[in-house]
Amino acid sequence: MLRKSLVTLLVVVMLAALVPASALAQDSVTIRFYNFSSDPDHVEDLQTIIDAFEAENPNITIEVSSAPFADYFTLLEADLVGGDAPDVFELNFESFVSYAANDVLLDLTPYVSGDAPYYPRALEAFQSDGAQYALPESFSTVLLFFNKDLFDQAGIDYPTAEWTWDDAMTAAQAIRALGDDVWGIYSPIQFWEFYKKAAQNNCAFFNADMTESTLNSPECVTALETMVSFVNEDVMPDQTELAGVANEELFLQGKLGMDVIGIWQFAAFADAPFAWDIQLEPGAAQKAHHFFANGVAVSADSEHPEEAAAWAQFLTSSEIAATVRIDAGWELPAIDVPEYVAAYLEQTPPDNREAVFEALESPVTPPVIERQTEMQDDLNQLLTAVEMGELDPQSALDTAKEQIDGLLQ
Amino acid sequence: MAGNHGIHKWKWVIFFLSPSLIGLLVFMVGPLLYSLRLTLYDWNLLSDPVYVGLDNFKDLYHDAEFWASFKHTLTYIAIYTPSVLALALGVSLLLNRPLRGVAFFRAVSFVPVVSSWVVVSLMWKWIFNPRYGLLNYALAQIGITGPNWLFDPDTALYAIIIAGIWKDIGFITVMFLSGLQGIDESYYEAAKIDGAQMLQRLRHITLPLLTPTTFFALIISLINSFQVFEQAWLMPEDYARTGTSVVVEQIVNYAFRYNRMGYAAAMSWVLFAAIFAITIVQIRLQKRWVHYDL
Repeated sequence: MLRKSLVTLLVVVMLAALVPASALAQDSVTIRFYNFSSDPDHVEDLQTIIDAFEAENPNITIEVSSAPFADYFTLLEADLVGGDAPDVFELNFESFVSYAANDVLLDLTPYVSGDAPYYPRALEAFQSDGAQYALPESFSTVLLFFNKDLFDQAGIDYPTAEWTWDDAMTAAQAIRALGDDVWGIYSPIQFWEFYKKAAQNNCAFFNADMTESTLNSPECVTALETMVSFVNEDVMPDQTELAGVANEELFLQGKLGMDVIGIWQFAAFADAPFAWDIQLEPGAAQKAHHFFANGVAVSADSEHPEEAAAWAQFLTSSEIAATVRIDAGWELPAIDVPEYVAAYLEQTPPDNREAVFEALESPVTPPVIERQTEMQDDLNQLLTAVEMGELDPQSALDTAKEQIDGLLQ
Repeated sequence: MAGNHGIHKWKWVIFFLSPSLIGLLVFMVGPLLYSLRLTLYDWNLLSDPVYVGLDNFKDLYHDAEFWASFKHTLTYIAIYTPSVLALALGVSLLLNRPLRGVAFFRAVSFVPVVSSWVVVSLMWKWIFNPRYGLLNYALAQIGITGPNWLFDPDTALYAIIIAGIWKDIGFITVMFLSGLQGIDESYYEAAKIDGAQMLQRLRHITLPLLTPTTFFALIISLINSFQVFEQAWLMPEDYARTGTSVVVEQIVNYAFRYNRMGYAAAMSWVLFAAIFAITIVQIRLQKRWVHYDL
């Protein structure tokens, strides 16, 4: 008897566990939003933007999930595959292409008005086959940071906007001569820096119809030779010489004359115990600067496309979103409204903050293919082998061409 | 009547086993079969899987990177397994003696086992650092210029193996300790009366009676080292990765970095086949050297 009631109890407990929490009827619409750019430093800033949006749209609630960049795409893809896609999610430019190609994004063209204040270049970056598959949210660029004190000690002039890499080499050698543990310059030898320096040299990654890589052309080889010459001339530390010390750290320690690094370092360098400034990156045949962009996309499966698109628009182009980003020293909004950035330009250091916007006159976006990560990994391996002197630039890029051709098939 | 009673009993057995049986089916057998099916598809997670037959296996056969990672895994096993077994045996023999404070040393030897690989790899990265690391400093004191360890693709794998051995000795030691404590004292007393020296007692009593434990430890460490991952993922500097990529690392990369699920599934099944084959061989060979009694 006792046993029977025990079994009944067990069955009841097991059944109870199977009943899903009853879905309550909701008056308002909930929009699920995934992002990586607020994690970990700007979660509160994002919340400020969300609060402002919800105040304007009382019927919409934004449910936000943040993950660091390294984990973000695993989270996003798991939910997309599981049929549980968030309504709105962030994408970086490089991954945007394969998402757009796989039909998981809603065409936002009808939601973008002609007078949207986006930078045209930024808006174009998130178009595919004539459709607007995401809205540009923010951008950043990479510039030449330099330690004024070290330049003064070496008795040389500060970098100018007209510099080429030859000028940088001369300055780097003068600074390197200051001491055994003082380095002239750091400009990493990896995919991101290479595609930009390739563009400065008129080197194209692919032929016009993207069927074949042209990475072993003389222009590309010259670009790589210039990059690695700084290591060969011993004015730039290689991986072993850095031995796990980040180049940002080296710069902050005052042991690095020039650092080619992103504007997201402004806050970290603000309290440096020496004077520093920024300048446009040196060029070669022409100038070229990174245009790293994040966009906001709406899932093709969203049940509330109108509300989702409204949030995407607010997040990318509203005044409050723009000013929160600028005040917090977050990434810059990709909108062309000079009043919003006035406050940004007033902050120092660096004194030459205008360079951030001057760089936008010569933007390059990374070459992108569907099998992007594989291309980057393969190329990075070869570039490091060149840096460590195990491969010469020509044979490394010959191999790269073969590997990338394989990925294009 | 008896048969009826038997069926009645089995009903209850299955009823009470059902929670874990269902779990096993849903979370183990299901995904296993699903991944086997996936090996026949090309799937990037975002669009629908495309049937490609055995193409994944054909590509794998020609994938030099995969076979390099297989070779690294085998090198890992070839050095790691004998070292960890021999060292663990030595430690367990020491810890099996009635020493003062033996409980403390037993506990200390187990600390690396319970530490997370993230912590352990940070510590070893520091020890192996060519510029300020402990190891090259010590080597410099005796006039040897140490290698670049985790920065050099030629030495990074050995650095990882050293860390792996260090971390796992404690685990195998505990197995050996329990094996040693299962050996009846009377064997040793009899041997002493017959005048057997310490080494003779080790060779003729301890080692043979320990073979069942050794066999188990061997199988466990072989399977573990085939699946070596964390240390190879966490420790080497980017540049040295060409020299350290292991099979599981390739699987993770292809599944979650390159979004090629079918290809990664094919890799997993090749790895499974290798572990399965080696384990069968081990079990076959055990008759030749494992003694379950004297």
